[in-house]
Amino acid sequence: MTSIWPQLEPVLARVEKPARYIGCEDGAQTPSHDPSLVAWLLLYPDTYEIGLPNQGLQILYEILNERDDATAERSYAPWTDLEAELRRTGLPLFSVDTHRPAGEFDVMAFNLSAELVFTNLLNCIDLAGVPVRAADRRPEHPLVFAGGHCTYNPEPLADFVDAFVLGDGEEVIGEMTDVLRGWKASGKTEGSRQGVLRELAKVPGVYVPSLYDVAYDGPAIVAVTPLYPDVPERIEKRTVADLGQWPYPKNQLVPLTEVVHDRLNVEVFRGCTRGCRFCQAGMITRPVRERPADQVRKMVTEGIRRTGYDEVALTSLSTADFSGIERVVADIVGDPGGCGTSPVSVSLPSLRVDAFTVGIATEIQKARRTGLTFAPEAGTWRMRQVINKLIREEDLYGAVDAAFSQGWKRVKLYFLTGLPTETDEDTLGIAELARRCASIGQGYHQGASVTASIGGFVPKPFTPFQWFGQNTVTELQRKVNLLRDATRKVRGVDLKWHDPKATLVEGLLSRGDRRLGAVLERVWRAGGTFQEWSEHFALDRWLEAMAAEGLSVDWYVHRHRTEHEVLPWEHLSAGLHKDFLWQDWRDALEAVGLPDCRWTPCYDCGACTGYGIEHRVASATPPAGGSQGTGQDIAVGGEVPVRLLTGRPVSAGPR
Amino acid sequence: MRIRVRFSKVGKVRFLSHRDLARIWERALRRTDVPVAYSVGFVPRPRLHFGLALATGAESWAEYLDIDIDPDRVDQLAPLDELAVKLGDALPVGVEVLAIGPVVPGSPSLQESVTSCGWSIAFAELPPDLAASAVERALAASELPVTRERKGRSVTDDLRPQLRSLQALSGAVHPVHPEDPWATAPGDEAGSTIVAELGTQPRTVRPSELVAVLDPGTTWPDGRVRRLYQWIAHEDGRREPLVAPPSPWARTEVRAS
Repeated sequence: MTSIWPQLEPVLARVEKPARYIGCEDGAQTPSHDPSLVAWLLLYPDTYEIGLPNQGLQILYEILNERDDATAERSYAPWTDLEAELRRTGLPLFSVDTHRPAGEFDVMAFNLSAELVFTNLLNCIDLAGVPVRAADRRPEHPLVFAGGHCTYNPEPLADFVDAFVLGDGEEVIGEMTDVLRGWKASGKTEGSRQGVLRELAKVPGVYVPSLYDVAYDGPAIVAVTPLYPDVPERIEKRTVADLGQWPYPKNQLVPLTEVVHDRLNVEVFRGCTRGCRFCQAGMITRPVRERPADQVRKMVTEGIRRTGYDEVALTSLSTADFSGIERVVADIVGDPGGCGTSPVSVSLPSLRVDAFTVGIATEIQKARRTGLTFAPEAGTWRMRQVINKLIREEDLYGAVDAAFSQGWKRVKLYFLTGLPTETDEDTLGIAELARRCASIGQGYHQGASVTASIGGFVPKPFTPFQWFGQNTVTELQRKVNLLRDATRKVRGVDLKWHDPKATLVEGLLSRGDRRLGAVLERVWRAGGTFQEWSEHFALDRWLEAMAAEGLSVDWYVHRHRTEHEVLPWEHLSAGLHKDFLWQDWRDALEAVGLPDCRWTPCYDCGACTGYGIEHRVASATPPAGGSQGTGQDIAVGGEVPVRLLTGRPVSAGPR
Repeated sequence: MRIRVRFSKVGKVRFLSHRDLARIWERALRRTDVPVAYSVGFVPRPRLHFGLALATGAESWAEYLDIDIDPDRVDQLAPLDELAVKLGDALPVGVEVLAIGPVVPGSPSLQESVTSCGWSIAFAELPPDLAASAVERALAASELPVTRERKGRSVTDDLRPQLRSLQALSGAVHPVHPEDPWATAPGDEAGSTIVAELGTQPRTVRPSELVAVLDPGTTWPDGRVRRLYQWIAHEDGRREPLVAPPSPWARTEVRAS
């Protein structure tokens, strides 16, 4: 393998933001390419700015490079101007670490966190000079893998990806390397590709789609069956039982150019059992595994010192739920780098909706108190019971009042529309909540504003809503229009919404099956890359491809599924029992809530019991304040005090 | 107290923007515990002063940064030679500290005091005779009009008075030695290199504007630009804001290659 940097350099002088292709980040490895090492190329199929901060990719990058039998580099989707230059000059996709051709690695492993990047995956494989269809690849081509949340229904990509990985990657990536080492040492002979995939299929959590047959009866799937007796009938996800064993990334990459989430990120726990029924992440990442608080402090202190960042985010699906969050935050704010010389701000990317949480936010965001974001998700209490996001209106108003009274000028509220059983009254409830929040704000500041951000609901696999027929584009647009009319003349309320056409395509891929592979290939060949970028998204390409393949959008997206229908992901498992999900779906339709099992008895969803693991939480007591699924008496209501932490303020002004 | 750093931007990092470099410096100064003064305001910012901006894609041997030190924490400032080494470790490969020193109190800012810059532009495929004749023509001309967009309007300026020196060398290789670029004319390398000194007051002349004058038909492809010097003119001649000893230069050339 040799670097293509000399040929690439004049090309980079002609493209936008060339710094995203040079690597050289602090924390970047200088991998050795001894021929005995298994060479992984870890790819994020979106721009560098979006892909670089991805923690999953960075964790695997470090774990692989720490092994003495593997080496790992990174690559990201080149923007359209560089793609055109690469195709014009005949240069391949390359790694950013040492600028080696992607096709010369043993493995191209993709991180898939959103459906709309699927066509970018095809494009990256093609730019590497590798056949896009797995069946056309030869022994000399890299194996193509994918992991990440979208692989819980990987079927639309089954034609293009050699193997998928379900769940946490920390352990399985080493087990895969063990298998690949033997294959590489044997010289990748003719026919060995099938052999190594067969071996990989025996590694728990690894799914090799070409080893399964899908039987159809008309449009319906009858069965998904393994082709060989040694291939598992059902692929179970991988779960790291103790996050404390994996203090990664140890050397978070510090990019030289601007990216999203450009700050130190420390994952404080994985998994969430709030049980929000629309939320796939909360369902597939169970159980809750907290990182020990002392390890969190150590990772923050060392990370701040090593990177020079002035901001740290404590990441998880709901960071205010971390046991003893107040103490941890107070310690970080009090002495961020262990030396106390420079101002550091702390951010909690997912705020719970209650005044207690605002209290924490108040303490840590002294320097940049501009906007605060909450996600009530639905406009009425009934609707929130359906989706099991049990926030009372008093909680929301208490949180918003606390925010405005503490100096925030803007509050952003996230909502979903197109939820199961949603009526126009529920939809319009969004406008009413936003209006009341804005008027609370105007009691404190003239220019207080509330932004209501509306997303169309996409039912996801392994959630209780996986059986629900998604709203049509017309229906979602009608609901958006209702809200637009209802908020038009309301002072201080801004409405933003996600394009319902993009929501349609997300829904198509989210619950699609293998027959959509041909659709993806058509859309990609017609130039449909970067579909999550509105300037590149075009619904017509998708509709034309569906029509050309004789497939019905309505059948895939808008149809309600029945209890015994074989779902395209029936042979995969996130540990959740199907009867648990079905019962939760029935409960949803009855507007019956379900408490958080972290602090209440187990109701055997399967995520712990099936794998012999448990929640790892430092405190068995629900956090103070708010009713959001904590099992508190939600009928009582009442005042939630804002508690301010004692701690040194984050600096404002010179020292 | 104010300290001045001279640093390079060579190799892969030439694709960083001015803004990227500013953020990289902020982080490096935090990592090395330099007691930087912060601005007063809603969002406190470290008080750093960069000189003349360098275009994305251009390299340099002569970038400068002035750092204001917090008067209450001057005692926490490490000895400058130690600091130079620590900063070098905290900066990406190709951004190297070439010199560091205190600024005389009351000195004008870099932006105000620098009067010209030395540039070298290497063209891999430009025949030396073509480069030489273009240089001769430019030097013989009484005026060199250059047209550019300013605030949506086309403005034509005369570049000739701002052209302090101009020379064509054979071979597409940037001069290496800091003291005497003219002496190290490359031997049998293909292509050509244009070396020029361009004025910066009242307005900086960009190397791309010089190329537009030398090559009106825009037929010279892919020139690689490198800033060699920034100069401050005074009564007895000119001086650099901070002189870099020759030794680190060679090291930078090796590390960046």
